[in-house]
Amino acid sequence: MAEPPASSKTLLDRFGPHPAFVPTGGWQNESEHPAHRLVKTHCCFCGQQCGIQLKVRENQVIGFEPWEEFPFNHGMLCPKGVKRYLQGGHPDRLLDPLLREPNGFRAAGWGETLDFTAQRLQEIQQKYGKDSVAIYGGASLISEKSYLLGKFARVALGTRHIDYNGRLCMVSAGTAYKLAFGVDRSPLPWSDIPKAQVILVAGANVAECAPITTDYIWRCRDGGGKLMVVDPRMTPICRNADVYLPVRPGTDLALYMGLLHVVLRDGLEKREFIDQYTTGFSAVAESVRVWDPRTVAEKTGVPPESIERAAHLFAKAERAIALHARGVEHQSKGVENCLALINLCLATGHIGREGAGCAMITGQGNGQGGREHGQKCDQLPGQRSISDPEARAHTAKVWGIAPEEIPQAGYSAVEIMEAIHRGEIKALLSCCFNPLVSLPDANFTHEALKKLEFFGVIDFFLSETAHYADVVLAGSLQEEEEGIGCTVEGRVIHIRKAVDPPGNAKGDTWIYCELAKRLGKAKYFPYHTTREIYEELREASHGGHADYYGITYERIDQNLGVFWPCPSLDHPGTPRLFEDGRSYHPDGKHHFVVTEWRESGDPVSADYPVYLTTGRVVSQYLSGTQTRRIGALLKQYPNPRVEIHPRLAQQYGIADGDWVTVSSRRSQITLQAMVVRTIRPDTVFIPYHWPGDRSANRLTHRTLDPRSKIPEFKVSACQLQKVTSPPEWAIQEAKGNA
Amino acid sequence: MHGYEFYVDPSRCIGCQSCLNACEECETHRGQSMINFDFIDRKGTTASAAFVCWHCDEPTCAMVCPADAIKKGDDGVVQSSLKPRCIGCSNCVLACPFGIPKIFPEREQMMKCDMCYDRTSIGKRPMCATVCPSQALAYVRPEQIAWRREKPSNVFYFGKQRITTKVHVMVPANTESISLDVLDHIWEETYAVLPEA
Repeated sequence: MAEPPASSKTLLDRFGPHPAFVPTGGWQNESEHPAHRLVKTHCCFCGQQCGIQLKVRENQVIGFEPWEEFPFNHGMLCPKGVKRYLQGGHPDRLLDPLLREPNGFRAAGWGETLDFTAQRLQEIQQKYGKDSVAIYGGASLISEKSYLLGKFARVALGTRHIDYNGRLCMVSAGTAYKLAFGVDRSPLPWSDIPKAQVILVAGANVAECAPITTDYIWRCRDGGGKLMVVDPRMTPICRNADVYLPVRPGTDLALYMGLLHVVLRDGLEKREFIDQYTTGFSAVAESVRVWDPRTVAEKTGVPPESIERAAHLFAKAERAIALHARGVEHQSKGVENCLALINLCLATGHIGREGAGCAMITGQGNGQGGREHGQKCDQLPGQRSISDPEARAHTAKVWGIAPEEIPQAGYSAVEIMEAIHRGEIKALLSCCFNPLVSLPDANFTHEALKKLEFFGVIDFFLSETAHYADVVLAGSLQEEEEGIGCTVEGRVIHIRKAVDPPGNAKGDTWIYCELAKRLGKAKYFPYHTTREIYEELREASHGGHADYYGITYERIDQNLGVFWPCPSLDHPGTPRLFEDGRSYHPDGKHHFVVTEWRESGDPVSADYPVYLTTGRVVSQYLSGTQTRRIGALLKQYPNPRVEIHPRLAQQYGIADGDWVTVSSRRSQITLQAMVVRTIRPDTVFIPYHWPGDRSANRLTHRTLDPRSKIPEFKVSACQLQKVTSPPEWAIQEAKGNA
Repeated sequence: MHGYEFYVDPSRCIGCQSCLNACEECETHRGQSMINFDFIDRKGTTASAAFVCWHCDEPTCAMVCPADAIKKGDDGVVQSSLKPRCIGCSNCVLACPFGIPKIFPEREQMMKCDMCYDRTSIGKRPMCATVCPSQALAYVRPEQIAWRREKPSNVFYFGKQRITTKVHVMVPANTESISLDVLDHIWEETYAVLPEA
């Protein structure tokens, strides 16, 4: 409903982000008030989902202790994990529901806010139809929450439109793996990484975005393994790379087709494997014929010798692994990029064996689990397709409704925002999603949010997006409800409840159920505990690819995680997929899929001659709603800076620390330059965790991959201009600090 | 912890600063990290290095302390200064060839890494080496480090001062000692007669 009810400054002063360096109450007399208990659970930040023990005193998480027995990370943690405990009792925490008033928000009761929310959703659906309401979910939610949110959208609201912020993260990989293998999961456990002879890291800043994985890669090198890294930036792991391939942003596809070209040209493919286990090889072989090393070098900026060497190392190794992440996936040809890597693995026979294969490095907390059970616009629980009549019948039976009552596939996350902008979707209920910071083209998101007739938010902090809300329902952190998650490896893990939500905040699942009750659907939401929801999720997933039926909370505890699929209680789980040579396609074959070259959606030109690429830094997570509130993490990287190579900087007369205005075809922001030799001289990098005038996503564009609908965060065109005075945000910040 | 040793490998460091963040969680020095961390030359490289105290067999810091405030335990760990004795003179800060000790004026004391005495004394690994995601800081048994690509060394030369340490640095295989001065490598110096100290 129109602009936020108060100035940005007023809302920020009241709701933060305020950086907290110590827990509420400080450290006084700490030794006299030791922790009461240690809760073995998992970090909430990033898809690695490291095991961690939270120190709890009364109803507050006051610290952490490494959990060395957990086999994935053996106690290792990145700085986000070390400091994650500071969010629970944070002074910015929402302790009551909030209602919009003419001059701000007021704390309100649950009855009032839930009644109002349900009433507005019903009014809008009656006036404009069921699909005029959309739901946004979050990939950091535990699986019980994401499952229930999917059911809430389809059963309680009957809308087609539910999608989640994992749309900004994993969907290109997921789509590609479904096309090639019929299933969306990394096919190998991380324990395979040290066993490979060659690791190809493709567009993955492992050191900063999946820090624990670094040790796996270093152990591979200890055993004599070779490391190859593809990245326009020399990320920390690159300095130990045996082959570094400094690809030009948006040209990865040419590189991977070029690697396959060399493999086939030199007869290094595994004919027997291809003949026995795959389909579609000859068309792919034909499609890479034109991508000789010289042509690829001109397209990508990678030397032909490096392309030859990389192809030979990968193909000649007995065991090789390709690890990929957002670098290749955040492109308008993200699916093709992943497919080209899969084609390379299939042609060289690197799949379904110990130490060999391809794997996506999941980015968000429950990125893997959060997309498997129904908050994705085209999926039902168990990774079933919403358009498959059998899947609809199974899900409808579990839910106790008729199959035709389940709506068909709706819009994806960016498409929902576009439908809001053009007036098709009138109301939005958003849970743990901060689209103003995380969606591309932030000015467009700002315009769209103003057009909503109703905007409800469920969250634990007031995000920048929630400034536009009519009602904010104070929800729960990961450690405040029991449930499960699924890690980067496909390992299902137990998230233990450490504390109750503070103040009058409530568990998210309670909020969904109370809203469903008010929408007249109470009988479909009878749960008292999240365990009851999980029991239903097990049934709902049964028979699907992501089959959790055999996984119980108790089995997870006994085995320190169980890998899906696990169809029965006596099934051991499946750490490595395709070991019998069969994929999840009905024909059991791995499918080669032809990839076609096309240009980026925002090409560089004379006006916008420099590539802009965006990403993360190690101390921040996603839109920063949580990590910009943790003092030590903010101190480590206080504001976004624009990374520029000295040669490019010299062209524009920019020195390290100068203020630089970066403009794209959408908007402009002014940041400080960080002049470093670790980035291609035709490219600048800006991390995206910040809002407003510091938001990298003001510059990015809404071009989507046509199949996965992922935005092209990794490739935009921009221009640079040195400016002499700091921008307004920096002046205000300096005043605040003075 | 019996049988465990500390190893530092800058070639593994990814600059994440998990060690700093974890060190400052210690109840005995809340908010103050005892890790020495640096991006070597961020303009040129992502290389970074995190160091703990090397715990010299003959600690220079203790030798130069006029107040006899710095003690090495039987376990080979060099402790922070004893508060009742420390006069805050900074001799140790100036003398340590590795640049480890720091004066904390608000505590009126020199403090440094004590290899998490509170943890190792009860069978836990030091915090930094437990959390380090790249295991650039590692606290493991020698046989566990033996299969690494880089090999441990604990002999350093600073000019003519030979220092052996409890903590090992990981160096390329077949490197027996670390000498940082060209003087250690030129022919003339090998035969030079050193003036008596």
